[in-house]
Formats: sequence, structure tokens, C-alpha cells
Amino acid sequence: MNPTLLSVNHLAKRYGDQTVVNDLSFHIEPGECLGVIGPNGAGKTTTIRMCLGLSEPDGGAITYFGDRHMPGDALAIKARLGVVAQMDTLDPDFTAAENLLVFGRYFGLPDRVISERIPQLLEYAALSHKADAKPGQLSGGMKRRLSLARALINAPDLLLLDEPTTGLDPQARHLMWERLQVLLQQGKSILLTTHFMDEAERLCNRLLVLDHGRKIAEGKPRDLIAEHLEPEVVEVFGQGAVPLAQEASLQALASRIEVSGETIFFYTRDNQPLLAALQAWPQLRTLHRPSNLEDLFLKLTGRQIREEG
Amino acid sequence: MSQIQNNLWAAPRLSMRWWPVFRRNFLVWQKLAIPSLVGNIAEPLMWLVAFGYGLGSLVGQIELGGEKVPYILFLASGSICMSAMNAATFEALYSAFSRMHVQKTWDGIMNAPVRLDDVVLAEMLWAAFKSLFTVTAILGVMLALGISHSPKLLVAWPVLLGVGITFSCMALIFNALAKGYDFFTYYFTLFLTPMMFLSGIFFPRDQLPPLVRLLADWLPLSAAVDLVRPLFLDRWPEHALRHGLVLTVFAGVSFWVALALTRKRFRS
Repeated sequence: MNPTLLSVNHLAKRYGDQTVVNDLSFHIEPGECLGVIGPNGAGKTTTIRMCLGLSEPDGGAITYFGDRHMPGDALAIKARLGVVAQMDTLDPDFTAAENLLVFGRYFGLPDRVISERIPQLLEYAALSHKADAKPGQLSGGMKRRLSLARALINAPDLLLLDEPTTGLDPQARHLMWERLQVLLQQGKSILLTTHFMDEAERLCNRLLVLDHGRKIAEGKPRDLIAEHLEPEVVEVFGQGAVPLAQEASLQALASRIEVSGETIFFYTRDNQPLLAALQAWPQLRTLHRPSNLEDLFLKLTGRQIREEG
Repeated sequence: MSQIQNNLWAAPRLSMRWWPVFRRNFLVWQKLAIPSLVGNIAEPLMWLVAFGYGLGSLVGQIELGGEKVPYILFLASGSICMSAMNAATFEALYSAFSRMHVQKTWDGIMNAPVRLDDVVLAEMLWAAFKSLFTVTAILGVMLALGISHSPKLLVAWPVLLGVGITFSCMALIFNALAKGYDFFTYYFTLFLTPMMFLSGIFFPRDQLPPLVRLLADWLPLSAAVDLVRPLFLDRWPEHALRHGLVLTVFAGVSFWVALALTRKRFRS
């Protein structure tokens, strides 16, 4: 039986008297994609940095591959990890192919082995035609895919991706998702942080919701939604929408009502009576949809803007 | 073993993992070698021509250890040390800082199994290598100009590598402390420029007031000049051991301090 790839137990990190990660535990099994979501300042990046051995935990244990401990066994662990950081660290002076070659050498791989892998990785990243282009000549999406290809140069057992699609346009994001799904189908394991709930829902088998350094929920995306939310949402917006939240006839038809800015969110198990009742306000616009991970996220972490953002 | 030593002053933990990092820098440099070489040797040669031939015609000969030598030879043998210092310093300040802070190349490298100590070692050796390369080119020009034909120049060459290593180590301290490129101006104006004038490159140190001289004699650049200049005159340096020790101590202590400060910078 394969050992757990990564097991984090009671992890803690403090800066001064501020606790940024608090008693956090989670694990990743082979073939799994675990998503870590949370607002800015929730502790995602600090957690990743500790998992990468770049930051020393104040408490708890990080164990890889059953018996390797971070940060003590950092080098042995890094040899089997693939990392895509939030910010691209591609070498601007090298072509795409040279970037892969140079990075492979850091792992102590012989040039012969790396040279065999480069064409496959460029093809995987849909960059075969850009082998001789430097990062400055690549689009944002191409750079991210090159970073992903670079993270695969050592044929890693586990990938750590810190916000892999932040800043990409929808086309580039969809291509990145598709590429990541190919990896998951090949049985690769991924730990991923993201701000995009559709990304989390699409890619992750399991999610970890962090806020204020704590784990506030964990589970499969669909299970989490079913557990915490009504199945449907009716959004109402337009001139004079906000006072409807106080309307007793509507309150009776919704299980829960939220107001955010000029929009009211009616969470319900049965949309028909609610939608019918809303016909009384024809000037308002309504949007009826199934509840999703974003609703869950906002319910769990609140709608207020985080200072750190 | 952790990738970034938590104990800042722990002994350097070095392995052969510095080599791929050094090779990375070498590969970039290969692409830019010719223009960078022109930049590296043009300036020192201009100094040499302007001061050596221009000022030299006024100064005539300089008395050195009981022997009269042409000023151009006096200047060339000192300024080659300055070139070694400058080339190493520029690389370990501006270029290393670009890689460390601006391009985040070091962060990328540490996503692979490479320790921070090895990255710092690679940068240090790389700056020393670049300095040696510059010095070699300048030596070639000096040979072509017939300034010196001393066979002992072959010994000067490894000595100049040592000079490059010493000044790389010193510059890496300021690299570790820098918030931006502007910071490096302090190092140049407060340390390197005064040292340039106190180390006997342009005029013999016995022209200095006695108290200043006392300090100047222990500067690393003075040690470098005192080692290299006699080799240009086909003589063996006096007190070679002492000068070698000065350079070694400056290099060793600076590397350790640079490493501690770099660990501090990367630790969080």
C-alpha cells in the first residue's frame, strides 16, 4: 500500500503575538487533488511555505511519503516534489527549453535524461512551438504552463501549486485546468491553493477551507455544499431591491436571506413559490441558480473585504 | 538537513549542489560574454592609458624597493587588482541582487533540492570567476602592450582569483542587506573608493600620513597590490604569507557574515 504523500499534524505558526496558522491538520493520499481555499490572510501561503521548508513551524509536524520530515529532510523531499509558486520565477535570459534544462540540473539529473524529457514536457504544456522563445515573448498563460512543465522535470510524486491560474484570462485558465486534469488522470497528486471556486470544484477531490489560520471545513466540494447550504439561490437586484429583505411574505419562502451591497440572496429548497412571489416586483431583476462553492465560501468566511487583500 | 539554516551563524553547509547554480550563471553569461567583456576591460584600460601614459610622462619613474620602475608599470600592477575587485564586486552586488531579489531566481532554485548555502557559494564563486575572466583579458592586453613580460605573471593569475574571491565575499554581505540597488552606492563611496586611493594603486603608500598608513597596510586591496606588484617586476613578494592571510581572513569572515545575513533574509 502506498503511504500518505503528505501528512500535516497540528501545524502552528506565529508572527509575534499573531497566530497565522493554528492547529492545522490535513493529509493527501496518492492520486488525490486537495484544494486549499480561504480569504487573503487565511494562512494559505504560510502553510505552503512551511510545507516547502521555507518557513519554520512553531508547532506541529509535516511528514512526506510516510517517513520524511520537513524541514529536516528538505532536500530529500524536494527531490520528489514539483512546485509552481504564486510568482513566476522563470529565467528571463533563457529560452523555454533552456529553462527546463537548467532547472533539471538543480535536481542533479544528467543532461541526457533532461533532454529526453524536454520535448515531452513542452508538448504537454502546449509550448512545442515556443521551445526557443524566452519568457518575455510568452503570454501569461504560456509562462504559467512553462512553470508547470518546469515543476514536472523531476517526475515528481506530488505537485504543490500556489494559485496556479491567478491573473490568467479565461482561455488560458481553461487550458491550464485541462492540463492539470490530464495530470490527475495519469494518477499524479496535487495540492493546490486557489481563489477561484470553479477551479476548486473542477479539479479537487477534496477541499480544505481555511480562515484566520484555522481549518473551518473539509470535505468533497458537493458534500460541503449539501452540508452547509440550501440547494438553490435566487439573487434579486435593481432599484429598491434591498428593502425586500424585510418583506415578511418573502422571508417565509426562503430558508435564509443575505444582503450584500444592492443584491439580496434568497437561499431556498423550493424556488417556484419564491419566484412567483417576486413577480410582484417586475422592475427587479432576478437570477435563479443552483448554490455553488462560492456561496459556501462566502457563508463560511463572510462577505467583508479582508484588509490583507 | 534544512534548506535554510535556522541557526543563522551555523557553520556553512556546502555540497556540490552549487555547481548547477554556477552553470546557470555561466550559461547566461555565454550569451552576453562579448559585450560584457568590452564593458569590463574598456574602462580599466582607459585608466591605464590616461594615467599611465599621460600622468606617467609627468611622474617619470617611481622608486620601488630600491629600483626605479616606469609609472605605467607601477600603475598597471596595482590597477589590475582594482579591476579584480571591481569586477567581482559588481557581479556579487548588482547581478546577484537581480537574481536574488528582482528575478526571484534564488526562490525558484530553492524549489529544487538546493540549499541556500550552496546558492550563496555558487554566487560567490561565479563573481570570482567573472573577475578572473576580466583580469585575464586585461593581462592579455598588458602583455600585448609590453608593459610587463615577467614570467611570474603566471603566479599573479591565481593570486588575482583569490582577490576576486575575497571581494565577492565582501560584496555578498551588502547584497544580503540591500533593499534596492541604491544601497550599493554606499558600499562604493564609503568603502571601495577610499580603499582604492589608500592601497597604493596610484601612488606608493609611504606617501600617506603615518596613522592612515597603519590602517591602509591592513586593507585587503593593499594586500592584493603587495602580492601582485612584485610579480609584475619579476620578483617574489615580501611578507607573502601575511598578505595571503589578510585576504583569506577577509574572505572567510565575510563569507560567513554574508551567509548569516542571507539566511536571515530568507528565513521567515
